[in-house]
Amino acid sequence: MMDVSDLRKGVKVKIDGSPCVVTDFQFSKPGKGQAVYKCRLKNMLQGNTFDKSWRSGDKMEKADLRSGTLIYSYLDGDQYVFMEPETYEQVYISEKIIGTAKNFLIDDCECEVLYFEETPIEVNLPNFVTKEITYTEPGAKGDTATNVTKPANIDTGYEVQVPLFINEGDLIKIDTRTGEYAERVKK
Amino acid sequence: MSKNNSLFAKKEFLEVRSRLLMSIRTFFHSRSFIEVDTPVRIPAPALEDYIDAVGADSQYLRTSPELHMKRLICAGYERIYQIGPCFRKGEFGDRHRTEFTMLEWYEVNSDYMGILKFTEEMVKKASTELSLREDYFQQKWQQLTVADAFEKYAERDVNDVIAKGEFEEVLCFEVEPHLGKDKPLFLIDYPSSMAALSRKKESNPEVAERWELYIDGLEIANAYSELTDPVEQKIRFEESAQLRAKEGREVYPMDNDFLKALDEGMPNCGGIAVGIDRLCMAFCEVDDIENVVFE
Repeated sequence: MMDVSDLRKGVKVKIDGSPCVVTDFQFSKPGKGQAVYKCRLKNMLQGNTFDKSWRSGDKMEKADLRSGTLIYSYLDGDQYVFMEPETYEQVYISEKIIGTAKNFLIDDCECEVLYFEETPIEVNLPNFVTKEITYTEPGAKGDTATNVTKPANIDTGYEVQVPLFINEGDLIKIDTRTGEYAERVKK
Repeated sequence: MSKNNSLFAKKEFLEVRSRLLMSIRTFFHSRSFIEVDTPVRIPAPALEDYIDAVGADSQYLRTSPELHMKRLICAGYERIYQIGPCFRKGEFGDRHRTEFTMLEWYEVNSDYMGILKFTEEMVKKASTELSLREDYFQQKWQQLTVADAFEKYAERDVNDVIAKGEFEEVLCFEVEPHLGKDKPLFLIDYPSSMAALSRKKESNPEVAERWELYIDGLEIANAYSELTDPVEQKIRFEESAQLRAKEGREVYPMDNDFLKALDEGMPNCGGIAVGIDRLCMAFCEVDDIENVVFE
């Protein structure tokens, strides 16, 4: 248990069974009255934000969170199968938890995973991954302008905007945080 | 010397603070007050429901100079003021620091309305001398009762709010943000259950002769017609001691020197505590207390 006076921005507490992170925090206290801690929280499972206030002396449960590394193996139906690198144990993660990361997964990719009470709740890929272009219309010859783009597909079916000089079969680096093209990779 | 230093960045605010203190001190001396310095490290901080003291080598740092200054009043001093550090454990935020500066004064034969008039004159004079926010401060200041403020801004009956144990939340989040927006506001006549160390109103014992000053939604000062009855005072200390014990919080020793002084007789007087850091925030028009203190 933790005391309300330990609340700060970024602290994670368990509310109604969900881990919630304090995103905004305000200490109020009428001179002679009891202190009130007003917080804006984000539910780390559902993503919704809400306000809640506590009084001085209140106790709350700290969210049991830890991070670890998993290696992506393969897709089994709608479950993404990862391997624990030390125990070789297989871990199944649903599409809902993977989120947009599913577009950029590559075999044997090391991912940072956040666990809540030993259940994975968030998967973070390396900032950049290399992907092959599986389809794109050919660009006009000699057009090397980089500020004009065209759509291209990668193996996961994800569509990314690329410069005109990128061709089918090329390797590109994608920023997994924004989902945007970063650069061409020389083969 | 580094001009990127955070202390350098607040130089203009600390200069306002210095001029403000000078203006206040001059005002007190023009009204025949004397400045006093009472101990900062003390054996028995006032027993209040929700004010906690920082420990200091088997004693405590004062949460307020109130009880010592009242002993001076009992001893025959009639007009005294003090500006100095006070400490309240666990209070920290953009409007709070554990260590802060308090201005406190007491005047014999005055009461909360006398203190109100004095406060308005003192701050108006400072505004003129500092040439700061004159449009805001030089107006006629507003008065609003606690009951009316709760009705107006929260559409709630204050006694109902107190009965439900929601006074702090409603005050902090629904009422306070509106107080002192266009001009400084005195929130007056607290329900007697919130009397603290103030006297109940003779014409209406349901309310206490207590007010708080608000500027820009920020609580700046707390004033009373001081409680002078030693029996009533002891009862209030004991009630706070019981509440603190029940909630598992430290119960400070009774300040017997103060109670003895009250027993021997305390003249009628008005008294007030002003948060100097916050008053300075109002003159500097900053939202975070860090701007006006050394840190």
